[in-house]
Amino acid sequence: MAEFLTKSRARNIFYGGSIFFVVVFVAMTAHSHRYVVNTSTAGMPLTEEVILGKHTWEAASCINCHTLHGEGAYFAPELGNVMTRWGVQDDPEAAFETLKGWIEAQPSGIEGRRQMPAYQFTDEQLRGLAEFLRWADQTDTQGWPPNDAG
Amino acid sequence: MKYQSQKVAYWYFLAAMALFGVQVLGGLVAGWIYVSPNFLSEILPFNVIRMIHTNALIVWLLLGFFGAAYFLIPEESEREIWSPKLAYIQLIILLVGTLGAVGSYLVGIHGGREFLEQPLWVKFGILVAALIFLLNISMTVLAGKKTAITNVLLMGLWLLSLLWVFAFINPDNLSLDKMYWWFVVHLWVEATWELVMAAILAFLLLKLTGVDREVVEKWLYVIVATALFSGILGTGHHFYWIGLPGYWQWIGSIFSTFEVIPFFLMMSFAFVMVWKGRKNHPNKSALLWSLGSSTVAFFGAGVWGFLHTLHGVNFYSHGTQITAAHGHLAFYGAYVALNLAIFTYAMPMLRERAPYNQVLNMASFWLMTGGMAFMTFVLTFAGTIQTHMQRVLGDYYMTVQDDLAIFYMMRFGAGAAVVVGALLFIYSMLVVHKDEIIAPGPSNPVPGE
Ligand code: HEM
Ligand code: HEM
Ligand SMILES: [Fe+2]
Repeated sequence: MAEFLTKSRARNIFYGGSIFFVVVFVAMTAHSHRYVVNTSTAGMPLTEEVILGKHTWEAASCINCHTLHGEGAYFAPELGNVMTRWGVQDDPEAAFETLKGWIEAQPSGIEGRRQMPAYQFTDEQLRGLAEFLRWADQTDTQGWPPNDAG
Repeated sequence: MKYQSQKVAYWYFLAAMALFGVQVLGGLVAGWIYVSPNFLSEILPFNVIRMIHTNALIVWLLLGFFGAAYFLIPEESEREIWSPKLAYIQLIILLVGTLGAVGSYLVGIHGGREFLEQPLWVKFGILVAALIFLLNISMTVLAGKKTAITNVLLMGLWLLSLLWVFAFINPDNLSLDKMYWWFVVHLWVEATWELVMAAILAFLLLKLTGVDREVVEKWLYVIVATALFSGILGTGHHFYWIGLPGYWQWIGSIFSTFEVIPFFLMMSFAFVMVWKGRKNHPNKSALLWSLGSSTVAFFGAGVWGFLHTLHGVNFYSHGTQITAAHGHLAFYGAYVALNLAIFTYAMPMLRERAPYNQVLNMASFWLMTGGMAFMTFVLTFAGTIQTHMQRVLGDYYMTVQDDLAIFYMMRFGAGAAVVVGALLFIYSMLVVHKDEIIAPGPSNPVPGE
């Protein structure tokens, strides 16, 4: 390496530059935080039902089979747009009924087909889950996914 | 072993290898469920097995890093560890936490953020263990000699522990949850862990090649500078489609492209040091793992990462088997192989004997590396087809998956090779053979080795 780059210069560039990039990153994420709250997720209120749904989603570890906004496991379909796929995004009651029917039909037991576990959710939890998935679906995700297949 | 307290590392490495076994067996079962989906489905569903697979990975890699720090800091700082007792307490906390986490996953108690599923008490345990570690290791370094290797290693370990705080921050707003989740996940593997990797690699090359310390340490600072300059804003490559502003598409694409540089430099660094080095160190397999790690990391993280990092590509490939392919080769090259390199280097000294059974150890390198490479290729093919059928043509997810069956069978085969390789590695480390199988070449032992 060139002579002008001594060890102590390399070290100083490392420390100085890193601090610079941390500051820029923190400023941008602070802006993004506000953008999420005020713009991209503002289409639907973050109600108690949605929050209950998120906790239910977490307690069941759905993320270790499914993706949500493209993140998670790749074993089962994307769920960030499932309410659109089912055509119930604008109808909370139909969303709840469809989801309830789906969960109660699991596991399908079909030989050679991937199985979803049997979950014992209360109606309240199911309503929460449906609202949570509708809430996720209305988030402005910059046009992703490319189509309804997710 | 120059310092008595380095022995602590032995127990960390043992625990790490045991969990490594659990991890790959978990992976193999998960891979089998892809082939035969009714397997275990009523008793132990896929999501629980996957949690065990990924959590065991992360915990054993961290145990390996802690052990590596306890091994190399005394040599670098030229003094005993401040408190070996605390180091053992830290290990016990981590092991209790690990067993507690696995136990609670098996009975269905877990969090719901990918990789961070540990119950709250385990997360606190990890935090306490990390604090004990930082105290212990910082006191050792402060009292002793400070080198570039200890500086960078300590900075990496401090920062990664600080980022753990975000494991406790889980906003109700899903998009915010996702944004802060990446503060742990991305800023670990593509920033702070790279500091740890570069420091351990520098230590290994210093010992194995005998190149001048000045040269090694200058490289080290340049590598970690490029890692953080690219990796911090590179976080943006995960912010494209989760509800964050559109500007991340440009910031993320540009800076994450630069993330290839530190991995390229680490690979070049390893080879240049070996060419420059005059020393013929008897532990050839440690050198193989060091070179292998930096090379596979360049391909797994650098090449396979770049493959899907530009937002125009990622729009179609996001969350497909392409991601799984990249995740496997990147983790394997950068962090698994590097840990196995330091184990291979340190274990003979920790057990106070000559570097042993290198043939078996080298065979395990080729078996595991070949298996992981093959797994990456088949998942990349599967992911390409999936991307086209599902994202471009709009075919339904489950229909597409049925067409990928052949790739999942091949992935299982590759996984079986990895498991055999991993068991062989553990065997070559732990089971004592009286004689070495290959005679060491002419070596110029350096005083104190
Ligand atoms: C025996 C060999 C292995 C097999 C058969 C295997 C199989 C699997 C499977 C089936 C998944 C779940 C993918 C999904 O969500 O659909 C997975 C995830 C994962 N495995 Fe492995 N694995 C193996 C070894 C490894 C190794 C050695 C590593 C580390 C280098 C690793 C790291 C990971 C990671 C990080 C994930 C999460 C991936 C992501 O979210 O993108 N696995 N593995
Ligand atoms: C050793 C370093 C690295 C490791 C261990 C690693 C591991 C991973 C893992 C496990 C994921 C999946 C996360 C999830 O579950 O959603 C991922 C995603 C990703 N990685 Fe890496 N990675 C590394 C370096 C890189 C680099 C250097 C790049 C870019 C040049 C990169 C680009 C990406 C991208 C774009 C994604 C998102 C994929 C998607 O949209 O589904 N990675 N990485
Ligand atoms: Fe990343």
